[in-house]
Amino acid sequence: MDGIMSKNNSKYLIERNNNVYEVVIGLEVHAQVTSNSKLFSSSSTKFGAEPNTQVSLVDAAFPGMLPVINEYCVKQAIKTGIGLKAKINNKSVFDRKNYFYADLPQGYQISQYKYPIVGEGNVILDMPEGQKQVGIERLHLEQDAGKSIHDVDPSNTLVDLNRSGVALMEIVSKPDLRSPDEVNAYIKKLRSIMRYLGTCDGNMQEGSLRADVNVSVRIKGSTDLGTRCEIKNVNSIKFMQMAIIYEANRQVDLIEEGDEIDQETRLFDTKKNETRSMRSKEDAHDYRYFPDPDLLPLEITDEFIDQLKSEIPELPDDKKKRFIDEFKISPYEATILVSDIDTAKYFEEVVAKMGKNRDMKLAVNWITGELFAVLNNKNIEIAQSPISAKNLAKLINLIKNGTISGKIAKTIFELMLDGDIDPQIIVEEKGLKQQSDPKALEALIDKIINDNREKAIEYKQGKEKLFGFFVGQAMKASGGKANPQLINEILKKKL
Amino acid sequence: MTEITSLSLFELIKNIKGKKISSNEIAKSFVDRSEKSKKLNTYVTENFENCLKLSKEFDNNPNFDLKLPGIPIAVKDLFCTNELRTTAGSNILNNFVPTYESTVTQNIWNEGGILLGKLNCDEFAMGSSNETSFFGNVQNPIAKDLVPGGSSGGSSSAVAANLTPVTIGTDTGGSIRQPASFTGTVGLKPTYGSCSRYGIVAFASSLDQAGPMSKDVKDSSILLEVISSFDKKDSTSIDFKRNNYSSELTRNIKGIKIGIPKEYRVDGMPDEIESLWKKGIEYAKDCGAEIIDISLPHTSYALPTYYIVAPAEASSNLARYDGVKYGLRSSGESLIDMYEKTRSEGFGEEVKRRIMIGTYVLSSGYYDAYYLKAQKVRQLIKQDFDQAYNKVDAILTPSTPSSAFKIGEKSNDPVSMYLNDIFTVPVNLAGLPGISIPAGTDKNNYPLGLQIIGKPFDEQTVLNIAYSMEEKINYKNNITDWWME
Repeated sequence: MDGIMSKNNSKYLIERNNNVYEVVIGLEVHAQVTSNSKLFSSSSTKFGAEPNTQVSLVDAAFPGMLPVINEYCVKQAIKTGIGLKAKINNKSVFDRKNYFYADLPQGYQISQYKYPIVGEGNVILDMPEGQKQVGIERLHLEQDAGKSIHDVDPSNTLVDLNRSGVALMEIVSKPDLRSPDEVNAYIKKLRSIMRYLGTCDGNMQEGSLRADVNVSVRIKGSTDLGTRCEIKNVNSIKFMQMAIIYEANRQVDLIEEGDEIDQETRLFDTKKNETRSMRSKEDAHDYRYFPDPDLLPLEITDEFIDQLKSEIPELPDDKKKRFIDEFKISPYEATILVSDIDTAKYFEEVVAKMGKNRDMKLAVNWITGELFAVLNNKNIEIAQSPISAKNLAKLINLIKNGTISGKIAKTIFELMLDGDIDPQIIVEEKGLKQQSDPKALEALIDKIINDNREKAIEYKQGKEKLFGFFVGQAMKASGGKANPQLINEILKKKL
Repeated sequence: MTEITSLSLFELIKNIKGKKISSNEIAKSFVDRSEKSKKLNTYVTENFENCLKLSKEFDNNPNFDLKLPGIPIAVKDLFCTNELRTTAGSNILNNFVPTYESTVTQNIWNEGGILLGKLNCDEFAMGSSNETSFFGNVQNPIAKDLVPGGSSGGSSSAVAANLTPVTIGTDTGGSIRQPASFTGTVGLKPTYGSCSRYGIVAFASSLDQAGPMSKDVKDSSILLEVISSFDKKDSTSIDFKRNNYSSELTRNIKGIKIGIPKEYRVDGMPDEIESLWKKGIEYAKDCGAEIIDISLPHTSYALPTYYIVAPAEASSNLARYDGVKYGLRSSGESLIDMYEKTRSEGFGEEVKRRIMIGTYVLSSGYYDAYYLKAQKVRQLIKQDFDQAYNKVDAILTPSTPSSAFKIGEKSNDPVSMYLNDIFTVPVNLAGLPGISIPAGTDKNNYPLGLQIIGKPFDEQTVLNIAYSMEEKINYKNNITDWWME
């Protein structure tokens, strides 16, 4: 949740010698398709297996081996396209991108060049200034390459082909992003949509989501695009932001010194926090794209697309709208709750378990407050929450119906963490039930006033601060279980 | 009784089913004759011992319901065979032993066929004379130092010399039909998508197609029935209803319409080819066919189109032979150095030439002018045939513009070598079925073939016409076994 709308301005401008530059960013996100098997073979895609244990003859490009498209991956790409409100193309073509590398067994990558499976779409970002729409240029399917390992053997490069042939979606944005904060919001939104759809797990540590970042700068207000540099294969949002800041400043410095920017591909060195030239435009590969003759064009009927549309779950934007309308929570709260599908699921389950007499305010506060704090501390996802939605709902209901006070609830919450214990049981076992019997409380308060007569008189004479003293005494006498509201009422009456 | 090795596949099956000969006797005969025929250089890898063993096993537990019961068959060394070296005629795969079987060969073994050995071919099937093979020239049994055609030269030579009852080749631009024509044998290229390409070392994916090669038309029909199958492992395989080609084979072709394309009368074509074609037309008429003049206007563009499309695909298909995973690896200072040395030493001249052509025509700046234009012309060539087939059922042409030539005669002149394919490449570009049958000889008594081209998936009509004409032509090879010790 970090970062979302926590600042009130996400603008990023660079000033040099009275010139104000803005940065123009486009992203090519490579998202691994959630699928048990690879794009053109039946090998497993499970992460973390021993090297070269998930490699078929097709993945290793043995003579005479042929690719066969995995229909599930096609469906996943279409679903993602639908989630990006994009045009699904009835016909797309797989091309060969030819280049030599040790971890590219075929000597070409099967990708989609001229005719991608998904065309133009857009995503909405919730920025502090309001909503921002970012255009999607296209989404296409392609194979991942294997992995070259240079640091295990001193004189050889080792190759692991487990990843070779794994399905990727390359999602290309329009150059609509203007700041590191927007890049953060964009990646998180993409990730959120794909996790809702179940089309990409978005796990950046495992490399399921990586991006090539295109950066250019221009004088603010200009409509021309500057010469861009592409920073290859950045695998965390933080590094993307660092790379953008470095690169934008580098380009501005060049312009200010009267130099030209070379269109080139650059690498981001995470240790030195700088980008370095990898190859210039002149050295760019000639990939010799041509349609893969081993595969027929991919033809998708409108019926097939409609069928998939009917399987699309409620997505973050719609869910947010519904949360606001149905649960009367604020847009800010709704944004936080829908940003991750598991959070939204958890929240909805809490709401359902609270029953008729539900209290949305309590639910939102407990989830985004106490629960998130615990998750952050333990560094775990909400799906692994130590307290189930059912038991959190019970706890909230105990507060709502006056059985316990909010303060006691915090104590109970701590106890629940140890094995997702039912809060009702804790209340009973520890005798934490709130005292809400007015007669018992009146007796208790009478005794306190009697014992502190002088203070009671001082209060009546106008020393209003002493009211807190009496509340404290009452709470203390009840062992913290007295209903604070009732205490207030009775005290006011008696004093 | 005639020698076992000179019997047709059909006769061998009849004899084995009638228990007149055993599988082992057949295997022995072909192994013996193959052993005595090493001078032809047809085999790259022999499987003789294993074949004899398997034939015994067949005899011990025979299954006569199979279509190729206990029949030994040698295959072109472009088909991957499980645990038997598969070289594609190249040094770069000199040591390559697959752990898998091509669908087409698997179909043969499933029907009782037994692998006799792997037959020589042009390197990666690139050539028209078998001279580009890393494993050396193949001799045409017709005469000494005559090429057997290519790329399936080992296959055509082995069938003509009776070293295998039948065989399978692959045909990308004529690689089955041209060698069949050069050796007085029958060779059929099926419709693209009939026979699975799974496990066949790829040359040009959009053109490659496996097919039968045999002594006569009936044998080709039997073998086609076995090898043609829909295969999910090949995305370009087509699921259509396949005929029982051999049992539906008939000489009744009365009233069938056969087209004669005027554009196949090319400049400088030898008179004997012209007269062979005329004779063919008369034979077809004798069989009851109706002859109709047709036009295939884009024919002259077929050869240049082919020599753009095929090398383009080949340049990419052969990228996988990089020394990293299998096959030859030459040592190098760096990855690039290793690539360069491996591929320089691993590939022969013709393969390198085609990789260079293919790389060039796909390069940015040239793609539109060459590859894209060639694809458009390919569509026009296809349309030519579509239009012709509104009027006719099949098309009759010569198979090649000349008879077999001497070894070395054209090896330094690639363009004249490429011209060999002039009548066969349009058929690949259009994905059609085509057969070459022996139809006569030239002045040197070298065989000449006629080609019958059919509608897509209409192999049956092609076979029926060939079967009828074969009877009228009554061609017999005159082979003297000159190569025997």
